[in-house]
Amino acid sequence: MRYIEEESVMRNMGKRLTKNKLWKYLFMLAVGIALASLVVLLFRIITQGTEYLTWDFLTSFASRFPEQAGVKAALIGSLWLMLVVAPVSMTLGIGTAIYLEEYAKKNKLNDFIRMNISNLAGVPSIVFGLLGLTIFVRMLDLGKSVLAAGLTMSLLILPVIIVASQEAIRAVPNEQREASFGMGATKWQTIVRVVLPAAIPGILTGSILALSRAIGETAPLVVIGIPVILQFLPDGLLSSFTVLPMQIFDWAKRPQEEFMFVASAGIIVLMVLLIIMNSIAIFIRNKFQKRY
Amino acid sequence: MSASNGQSVQAMIEASKNKKGKVLLEKTMPKLLLLTALISVLTTFGIVFTLIFETYEFFTRIPFMEFITGTQWLPFAGDAKYGILPLILGTLKITAIAVVVAVPLGLAAAIYLSEYASDSARRIIKPVLEVLAGIPTIVYGFFALTFVTPVLQMVMPDVKIFNALSPGIVVGIMILPMITSLSEDAMTSVPKSIREGALGLGATKFEVAIRVVLPAALSGIVASIVLAISRAIGETMIVSLAGGSTPTFDANITGSIQTMTAYIVQVSTGDAGYGTTIYYSIYAVGFTLFVFTLIMNLLAQYISKRFREEY
Amino acid sequence: MVQLATNEVKKGKILEVNGAPALGPKKNVFDTVGLDLWYGEHHALKNINLGIQENEVTAIIGPSGCGKSTYLKTLNRMVELVPIVRTSGVINYRDRNILDRNYTVEELRTKVGMVFQKPNPFPKSIYDNIAYGPRIHGIKNKQILDEIVEKSLRGAAIWDEVKDRLHENAYGLSGGQQQRICIARCLAIEPDVILMDEPTSALDPISTLKVEELVQELKDNYSIIIVTHNMQQAARISDKTAFFLNGEVVEFDETNKIFSTPSDKRTEDYISGRFG
Repeated sequence: MRYIEEESVMRNMGKRLTKNKLWKYLFMLAVGIALASLVVLLFRIITQGTEYLTWDFLTSFASRFPEQAGVKAALIGSLWLMLVVAPVSMTLGIGTAIYLEEYAKKNKLNDFIRMNISNLAGVPSIVFGLLGLTIFVRMLDLGKSVLAAGLTMSLLILPVIIVASQEAIRAVPNEQREASFGMGATKWQTIVRVVLPAAIPGILTGSILALSRAIGETAPLVVIGIPVILQFLPDGLLSSFTVLPMQIFDWAKRPQEEFMFVASAGIIVLMVLLIIMNSIAIFIRNKFQKRY
Repeated sequence: MSASNGQSVQAMIEASKNKKGKVLLEKTMPKLLLLTALISVLTTFGIVFTLIFETYEFFTRIPFMEFITGTQWLPFAGDAKYGILPLILGTLKITAIAVVVAVPLGLAAAIYLSEYASDSARRIIKPVLEVLAGIPTIVYGFFALTFVTPVLQMVMPDVKIFNALSPGIVVGIMILPMITSLSEDAMTSVPKSIREGALGLGATKFEVAIRVVLPAALSGIVASIVLAISRAIGETMIVSLAGGSTPTFDANITGSIQTMTAYIVQVSTGDAGYGTTIYYSIYAVGFTLFVFTLIMNLLAQYISKRFREEY
Repeated sequence: MVQLATNEVKKGKILEVNGAPALGPKKNVFDTVGLDLWYGEHHALKNINLGIQENEVTAIIGPSGCGKSTYLKTLNRMVELVPIVRTSGVINYRDRNILDRNYTVEELRTKVGMVFQKPNPFPKSIYDNIAYGPRIHGIKNKQILDEIVEKSLRGAAIWDEVKDRLHENAYGLSGGQQQRICIARCLAIEPDVILMDEPTSALDPISTLKVEELVQELKDNYSIIIVTHNMQQAARISDKTAFFLNGEVVEFDETNKIFSTPSDKRTEDYISGRFG
């Protein structure tokens, strides 16, 4: 007597195979829905916004009248923001990554630093806004300036840059460090001449992606109180300014339907900026992919 | 004529040795780098102390018990009420809707990518999903307000302009790539040999995916969902634009609501002066939000550490 | 003078311990006396006593995990890159104890170069690879660097193969060429000693032969200590051979003697292939 009857196995087989097929299509459908939502989103925004997307739109200041509104102040403001965020966040982020990967011994302090970074990455961006409002805007009295907003954003994307840089540094094989030490190079010489040159493409790619997050981020700036209707360009780090997402937020809240189209046009500008940054990141990644 | 004049390399090395700068650099760089690493710690302290100090000021004016048990949030009323439960409920509604949308879709997509998709399909789909993850939340918010809500209104006439459903769905779309990519990582790290073991017994791909891969990757999958929930709780712009600003304490998801984050935005864009109770209330709400997301993040870390599968 | 005298005494002792005859007029580059080394709790090297002579090829053989690589890496203190390592005892390099805390490792490694198991050129041009050592030690003059690069590449018998592509990435070369680039990189700072850690284990037989020939040529100007898994290789290229087993030196003698009439039974078992 056999435990498994061939007949019943074969009877079940058809059902199991149908089930297998059916689920495969369901899983595919899920991917399809995700991709479709992206397509719909992009399609909507492009069809809504292109009409207002003129040269005037790029070179005009904000206005109460939709047909005169432009993104000049916001676009230039976003670039000013990067002027602070890029150097600050990259210096701190890469420095931290080098410390953690090359110098940090296994002890309580360093474990704490590591744990802290992964928790910091999970803090909602709006909470960083509260930090910026209290510390930078009020305590250090920087006002609602490029500097205050830039420092806040730098802290927000710091964990992302740290983690990306750590991965890039960790990917440099230890044999490379050994070769350098074996020549009598010091630790710092090895880091500067061997580790960083090999890790820099990965670090840059990660940093640019982090910066593109900062360029699209709105919530912390809302909390800091960045103004929206500005008729001038920032003239220094302590100047007040506005950025693209803030401008879009303001337009999107307005009741007149025309401003929906203006907002869409603003979104297209923002997305083009993001696409440019991401393309640079991808270009760097592909161009300098190292082989060992 | 030789440039080195027959001098040996070792002699030249000896001659250029003992540069003060080099020694100094070796000593100071690690300390400087440690300093940069401490900035991230300082940031956490900054966040915690900021929230604690300003929230403390808030609680000198509003009793703590009223804050955490009150079911009315009416800061702008003549007789102001600061019971945070309506804001928490608003946040939970959004989170729940987002989870209902994102978890099945995200997991199904992850299973497809790790178990069924060909390499070339994966190479196309994954970057596209990354694009979805890289879209600014303000854009999602605009999409919720100007597209998803009108579509919902066509299907269900009692959906209001501001409601929980539309931003909830869009937050779901926003966290979907996160669930998919983290879960897929967890599933692809299940060794091939385990799959082959099951396939060799005559199991179908579906049976392998559900009975073998999913249980083996469970801790990573659960951690990804918890992280995504944390992200949904902290999401701000989508709910500010499409969720409304009515802190209600009921089960309705078709009408206007307010989340913790949306309240902070509402106050920030309004003209509540520095030092008013309303001003301090955003810190109390921010603190509550911080606690919620911190618990979620610690939970995710605990799950992925505690239940890590050893292969 | 007094210092020197004590060292002579020590040296005598070492030779006595190992039962090796006093060998010629050459000086010792390394005198290891009573070296112990632990990785955490693991006692990896036990009371090592060895005197290694200059301008010779000294081979270190033994089964996997016998401590031969660890010993080699102790000679330029690369072993310290593992944070849990502890050592005791003395290693005198040219009469100074390198295990002394005051001995700067960078200075030691400038004198004692190393070639690794896997070819590990930097992902830079061939020229920059060779010029790396001189540059980090402060030699910036372009003409001098050019000279050093050519001389080193010639020294490593690879000049003719790469002279027309000095500015191409070193990763474009074959594994055997890469390893000779690594040897050239090592030669560029004209070290006194070259440590080689199984330098041919990742190479094909023809490349191996080339590296072996190179080692033979280099010993006129350099003292070479080579760890090898391959007993035939040790027999072919070395003057002296040390046999390590379980962290101890079982036997240290002229290579001919080790391979023809070993005095220890364990050495005999190993070289006749009974274990390892």
